[in-house]
Amino acid sequence: MELGYTDDELAFQTEVREFLKDKLRPALAEKVKQGKRLTRDDHLEWHAALRSKGWLAAMWPVEYGGTGWSAAQKNIFDEETVKAGAPRVSPFGLNMLAPVLIKYGSQEQKDYYLPRILNDEDFWCQGYSEPGAGSDLASLKTKAEKDGDDWVINGQKTWTTFAHFADHIFCLCRTDLNARKPQEGISFILVPMSTPGVEVRPIYTLEGEHEVNEVFLTDVRVPLKNIVGEENKGWTLAKYLLTFERTGIANVGNNKNSMAGIKKAASEQMKNGKPLIEDPLFAARLGKVEIDLKALEVFNNRTIWAAGAGKAPGAESSLLKIKGTQVLQELNDIARRAAGPYATPDLPESFDEGWNGTPPGPEFALKAARRYFNNRKTSIYGGSNEIQRNIVSKAILGF
Amino acid sequence: MDFELSEERQMLKDTAERFIREQYPIEKRHAATKSEDGFDRALWSEFCELGLPGALISAEAGGFGGTGEDIALVFETLGRGIVVEPFLPTMMASIPLAEASKTDLIEAAMEGQSMIAFAHVEPGAYYTETHVETTATDDGGWKLTGRKAVVINGATADQLVVTARVSGGTTDAEGMGLFLVDTNAAGFSAEDHESIDGPHVAEITLSNTPAEALGTPGSDWGLIEKTLAAGTLAVCAEAVGSMDVAKDMTLEYLKERKQFGKPIGANQVLQHRMVDMLLEIEQTRSAVMLAANTFEEDRDTRELNVSAAKNLAGRSGRLVAEESIQMHGGVAMTWEWPLPHYAKRLTMIDHLFGDTDHHLERFIEIGKKIS
Repeated sequence: MELGYTDDELAFQTEVREFLKDKLRPALAEKVKQGKRLTRDDHLEWHAALRSKGWLAAMWPVEYGGTGWSAAQKNIFDEETVKAGAPRVSPFGLNMLAPVLIKYGSQEQKDYYLPRILNDEDFWCQGYSEPGAGSDLASLKTKAEKDGDDWVINGQKTWTTFAHFADHIFCLCRTDLNARKPQEGISFILVPMSTPGVEVRPIYTLEGEHEVNEVFLTDVRVPLKNIVGEENKGWTLAKYLLTFERTGIANVGNNKNSMAGIKKAASEQMKNGKPLIEDPLFAARLGKVEIDLKALEVFNNRTIWAAGAGKAPGAESSLLKIKGTQVLQELNDIARRAAGPYATPDLPESFDEGWNGTPPGPEFALKAARRYFNNRKTSIYGGSNEIQRNIVSKAILGF
Repeated sequence: MDFELSEERQMLKDTAERFIREQYPIEKRHAATKSEDGFDRALWSEFCELGLPGALISAEAGGFGGTGEDIALVFETLGRGIVVEPFLPTMMASIPLAEASKTDLIEAAMEGQSMIAFAHVEPGAYYTETHVETTATDDGGWKLTGRKAVVINGATADQLVVTARVSGGTTDAEGMGLFLVDTNAAGFSAEDHESIDGPHVAEITLSNTPAEALGTPGSDWGLIEKTLAAGTLAVCAEAVGSMDVAKDMTLEYLKERKQFGKPIGANQVLQHRMVDMLLEIEQTRSAVMLAANTFEEDRDTRELNVSAAKNLAGRSGRLVAEESIQMHGGVAMTWEWPLPHYAKRLTMIDHLFGDTDHHLERFIEIGKKIS
């Protein structure tokens, strides 16, 4: 048994670190670390750097221009880039749609869409959830009917992240209303956002940010060839995509960053004339979650190793999601407490590029409450933690 | 990364697991704990014939293992049977004995011919590792005077490895020594008690008891701490094995037991609680792997990861014990069912070598030094 990385993996880690040192602009990394809002150009800049190294399509096989990385390499890359403060790669086209196209798409779809995704010509968003179909995704009602050479789509999608930036959406639509089970009769259809009848309305999340949207589809016409895979078999594709959504789910790198940030902040924040980090109650809460995170890192590596050795039954990722989000949310809660009274003032403008105001309290306090509120989403999205428990109940415990 | 066990270790694990499954029914354990010795000498001989204690001892000292990984592997397996035979005291006593090249004593113990144990904790120490009041004085031969508390298999041991102080204040790390005491020696007495979870523990009184120095009296703290770390790692791994079994027993019960016309496991509220148990067990297994894998590294790394594992084992051990009892319902309140004996052991492991709070505090202190 060897818990550390192999020599090859260590060499790869060094290569990633060198790349980050050379190609990640320090000002951009600083922006990410401070939790500032990133512009479209920030994302494109980082995508371009990765693309020139051949590392943008981390999840794709080599023959499509991907990296062909092992699970361990992907994990090293994720951890190092997060630690260095690189922006997150926009996942919808690269890490979600593309693997589906590679496995289920027609040759024409692959030839057309994959290069456009890789070159940032298209920006995709995900049309999955609906007002009446959240955890029970298969109960979705948006329907697509054949009319001549077109699908005519009517319905509503919601929680659509960055639909306001996107020019394309991949949609799960009901194409057979008489199917025996809700999972049958669903199709996976590609829709340009510029098509008449597509309307995007913002949803402002509880802390006041605009990331997610409602997408209304009214008599939206797209060609029949825009379906991916077989008609009425879209649920298979939908599930396949979700397995990619769940990689990196334990959030180890991010959680380590948060831990380091809290330690720094709590060393500067004073309580009764001593640094907050020396307060026994505060230290105990932080220590406990630090132990959980240490164990989670090994658990995550065990799962990655098992996946590489072809052993994981898959539902382990559900356990990782539950613990990863528990750790994340606990860290966010501790960070909020570390900010003390100065967690209260909210300066949305301070997250914009070029803001040169003075924070009323410590710098880290600005984002503490926002981050705490925003990350309540993590135990809800991507299959709520209760759904993850259902998956484990069935797949591992055999209920 | 490679989480595969070596072929030798896998074989050892399979052999031990099979023996415990087939030869170690709970009735035998009950009979052993109610006997005068507190364990079954015939079974201990069989364990010795299998070579299982040898896996806990280094090759230099006559065994064929003794690394953190060996300790974790053997004790996780023992935890599956909540084995009460004296693996823990034998392993702990053998660490200072090996340093002192007392390989004949270790061999005799590994072969089941004599019993050895480790006596460190004292009545007023609570969980402070450096709290030692027992004195060692040298007037043409070492003599020990003091009391040792809750010594596992202390009354059945032929020889005891005892910690005592030659200088310094009650809780100083400096000034401690390791000594070998023959339990037939003058001024030695042991009062045996059965513990709530099975193994026997003794209150030991030493008054001017002759002893032999094993290390360098006054400078043995480093070795004492390492011995305690080995014991701590061992019971953490044992907890993982016991938690696995308690979880499996509960799962089986949830699928069999019917109420309101359906298996109680059909209720989502119970399914989700089982998932939470499973998750915490996997977390603890991960922490134990880390502690085992870094056991041979520098002192701070070793102690940090051992404390992390013990804190987590304490938290998850309590969760699994309480939840298993609750989900079994009334039957888990009976002596007859095996499950509650696992729950008791899991709970009482938290009282060995420092509880979950103690190790959290220790993890924080060591962490400050490292960063």
